[in-house]
Amino acid sequence: MLRRTFVAALAAAAVLAGTIPAAAQERFITVASTTSTADSGLFGAILPHFTRKTGIAVRVVARGTGQAIDMARRGDADVLFVHHKPSEEAFVAEGFGVERRPVMYNDFVIVGPAADPAGAGGQPDVARALARIAAAKADFISRGDDSGTNKAELALWKTAGIDPKTAPGGWYKAIGQGMGAALNTAAATGGYTLSDRGTWISFRNRRDLRILVEGDQRLFNQYGVIPVNPAKFPHVKAQDSRAFVDWLVSAEGQQAIADYRIEGEALFFPNANEPGA
Amino acid sequence: MVTMHEFAGAFATAFHLIGTLDPDLVGIVGLSLRVSLSAVALAALIGLPLGAAVAAFDFPGRRAVAVLLNAMMGLPPVVVGLIVYLLLSRSGPLGVLGLLFTPEAMIIAQAVLITPIVAALARQTVEDLLLEYGELLRVVGAGPVRTIVTLLSEGRASLVTTVLAGFGRASAEVGAVMIVGGNIDQVTRVMTTAIALETSRGDLPLALGLGMILIALSLAVNAAVAVVRDRDRARVL
Repeated sequence: MLRRTFVAALAAAAVLAGTIPAAAQERFITVASTTSTADSGLFGAILPHFTRKTGIAVRVVARGTGQAIDMARRGDADVLFVHHKPSEEAFVAEGFGVERRPVMYNDFVIVGPAADPAGAGGQPDVARALARIAAAKADFISRGDDSGTNKAELALWKTAGIDPKTAPGGWYKAIGQGMGAALNTAAATGGYTLSDRGTWISFRNRRDLRILVEGDQRLFNQYGVIPVNPAKFPHVKAQDSRAFVDWLVSAEGQQAIADYRIEGEALFFPNANEPGA
Repeated sequence: MVTMHEFAGAFATAFHLIGTLDPDLVGIVGLSLRVSLSAVALAALIGLPLGAAVAAFDFPGRRAVAVLLNAMMGLPPVVVGLIVYLLLSRSGPLGVLGLLFTPEAMIIAQAVLITPIVAALARQTVEDLLLEYGELLRVVGAGPVRTIVTLLSEGRASLVTTVLAGFGRASAEVGAVMIVGGNIDQVTRVMTTAIALETSRGDLPLALGLGMILIALSLAVNAAVAVVRDRDRARVL
């Protein structure tokens, strides 16, 4: 009895496994993107519009910008959609990408405990805020994962003239995880962190965290999209990738991005037509 | 107080998701079962005969293989995921198959993860059985295949637990499937990666609710197997 049941279970599992390729035969592209676009719910809101119009499903793999770029460099994605312009331009210059198109922007914010023990808030200068956090040796949670946000954070420390990684006192904590994990850690320990506004607005576990610094020009956060080069990787779906990028920067795609709001608050601002963005 | 409130919220979320048969949840649960059961089937097909062979036959390096199998029971899922990722990547040796970010890739990774568990535990079971049946099998002159089939069949009650241990490990891991599957909505999102995603979105009640459903699922699979095994015992006695 058991033997028969076991064989039957094996057969059932084999049949189940066999049904997967049939279901996977839809028309799709794979997009390597960042945790901020996925965690914020943007893709869930805008992609159905594109799929309905073109019949092309979009499969998003969300990683930190550094990892997403590495994924695209291996040829494991058709499109790269990230937020670190220097890395994006290098990706194209090295022949991995066809061309970079600006899509949208939002901004970074410094969040921290409402009581603000380091006195970082109440003033608009992000470099001064970081200097105060360092001076107070208040816990700062860094992504530490080579993501776009992590790269932006390190650049901001540089403008503040501080090298947090060598600073004594153990207050600078690089956790090597995504934005959500960094916010969860900051919320649980009463620490400060740098977040993109999109993830912050959609984040549910804020506890005592507040926005303390925002609006500084240095907190600007630009997103760009790049189709992976078919000359480098012949298997990439060049035509469908092109259709996706064209839609993102079209009036319709830009409107879909502008329309994505949480509790009336816009998370991303389209700027595909802004020169030099 | 905050924590109690969160647990209550998690229970409410879990019941709501199950009660309304949330279509996303049904899809995720279905894929979780499909991936982990397929991986267990593969691991059993390879691991049970392998474990029995290591127990029953003398060959050079047998002791080393046994130690290796035992050690590999503790393979870190994230390392297995990374290795399978590099193999299946378009730039890797098996890239032409185009399997990365598919359920098949997740099945392969989980099968790699749990085959050593199934093999190592099967080896132990069969070794114990040999004390009882070894002499008999030699006397009747059973060949290698017959020996393995007989031993596995006689040990089936314990081997079911072996296979369940493999299933438990497969359905609970997140490191490997996250890397090779990519946690793609509707395509490669399973229970554990969905829990990781909701945690990172800060929706802890939903994450915990999904966790409770995963535990309930594991309980259901184990209960079903226990019922079948009891019937089998009753038949034998």
